[in-house]
Amino acid sequence: MSKGGGQVLEIKKLGKTYGTGERATHAIADVSFAVEDGEFVCVVGPSGCGKTTLLKCVGGLLSPGSGEVLLRGRKVTSPPEEMALVFQEYGRSLMPWSSVWNNVLLPLRHKKLAATKRKTLVEEALAAVGLTRFSHHYPWQLSGGMQQRVAIARALAYQPSILLMDEPFASVDAQTRGDLEDLVLQVREEFAVTIVFVTHDIDESVYLSDRVVVLTHAPTEVKEIIDVDLPFPRDQITTKELPEFAHLRGHVYRLIKREQVEPAELALAEPVPESGRRG
Amino acid sequence: MSKGAYRTAAIAAEIAVPIAILAAWQAWTAQAHDPKFPRLSTILVEFRELWLFSQFELHVVPSLTRIALGFGIALLVGVAIGIPLGLSRWGRILAMPHIEWWRAMPPPALLPISIVLLHSIGNRQKVSFIAFFCLFPILLNTIDGVRGIDPALMETARSYGVGRLERIGRIVFPAALPQIFAGMRTSLSLAVIMMVLTEYFSSTSGVGYVLLISKNTFQLAPMWAAIVLIGVLGYLLNVLLVLIEHRVLAWHRGWRAAAAQ
Repeated sequence: MSKGGGQVLEIKKLGKTYGTGERATHAIADVSFAVEDGEFVCVVGPSGCGKTTLLKCVGGLLSPGSGEVLLRGRKVTSPPEEMALVFQEYGRSLMPWSSVWNNVLLPLRHKKLAATKRKTLVEEALAAVGLTRFSHHYPWQLSGGMQQRVAIARALAYQPSILLMDEPFASVDAQTRGDLEDLVLQVREEFAVTIVFVTHDIDESVYLSDRVVVLTHAPTEVKEIIDVDLPFPRDQITTKELPEFAHLRGHVYRLIKREQVEPAELALAEPVPESGRRG
Repeated sequence: MSKGAYRTAAIAAEIAVPIAILAAWQAWTAQAHDPKFPRLSTILVEFRELWLFSQFELHVVPSLTRIALGFGIALLVGVAIGIPLGLSRWGRILAMPHIEWWRAMPPPALLPISIVLLHSIGNRQKVSFIAFFCLFPILLNTIDGVRGIDPALMETARSYGVGRLERIGRIVFPAALPQIFAGMRTSLSLAVIMMVLTEYFSSTSGVGYVLLISKNTFQLAPMWAAIVLIGVLGYLLNVLLVLIEHRVLAWHRGWRAAAAQ
């Protein structure tokens, strides 16, 4: 996969602390990395290292305590139109009272688009995730994997240039997970999106990405950034049989394992961000 | 038992038991000859005379209109205030003590002052009174419903740049709707109570007024007929609301069933 034209996203010395004084939780200490246009970057780290917080800062949902996120050189202060976020809790991020179609349509309603254009976008997005036949279903009538496909379709319909994904496949079974990973690789080609993908699954991070950003435990820093030069298209069987895959996987695994032997009390649980925030 | 047979049996039982009770009442009143308890057949004849023909427009229509207006106003105001209060912590801090205070007020205590303040013993006073006491269950349930919205849903909408008003219309309101309906069910039965209360206290028309006049003139059959009508009205209004809820919240039952699996 060619790494296209220059940086789109730059995370500069990003830090985030919850609370103040004695009770302050130093979630992220100092995280810096850049994402090239068209690149697939996976962010992995030990559990509780603030991956979700990091992604919410990148997506403009949380303001970083220090440092900044630059999107094509411009500071991100609120959710940019160029980005779409796919959450882990697909079941909770879909509207149970709306059909699959209307869920995918939600982010398009306020965009200045012709009605036919909206329709086309929703149709294309549903086709890309293989849910065309289910557009009139309610999300809860579908399996977990299919619900996550709806969430992905909704993100695609929004036409982002950058897709942020927060452990999107953490709560589906292994078989479905493999299918969804391949689906993401496929839509990345089809829609030419840049993807930042947070996961705690080391195999997944190596299998999907061009680069893996390995984080330390909280207060979080970047431990190492690893180039993944596995050939595309990737395949659940042949790619994972490659010696390079095993090597990279082992390398990332060691980095994270070394993190996790640190005293348990340091592995702070990820605090719940204030949910009442509105933009 | 097959599903169809089960349904038929359930409906039959639902109908059979009240019929048995009514038959027993008729049998007992027929032999008791107690003027306080007229025969059921007498009450039903009175009921037909009074409510289905001559007095329908004069007394039933005004009562139903008052319920509809009072309940409708309570619904609109309750949701319109409940949504912002559900979204705003400071709003709740400021408003909740007042809401709790008025909610704890027994309605009859406010009946005299409502007449004085509104200079009215007509529809204005009755509709306002019904609306006021129907407001609280709807308001409190709306606030609860809004507060219970999954933050993930709001955050998703925000990340897609969905504006505040659209978030309220497309997410907050539908998400709170099951709770709003719970409040509406409570309020609707309150509306019937308040209707009778205001009409019984001061009125020139309505079912409650007929109840009062019959009492004052010792006409026990019309009094019983009024009581029967009030019961029937309350029951039918609730059935109507449940039918609407069943339709509007079909998604909610499906979703809950799916989540329970």
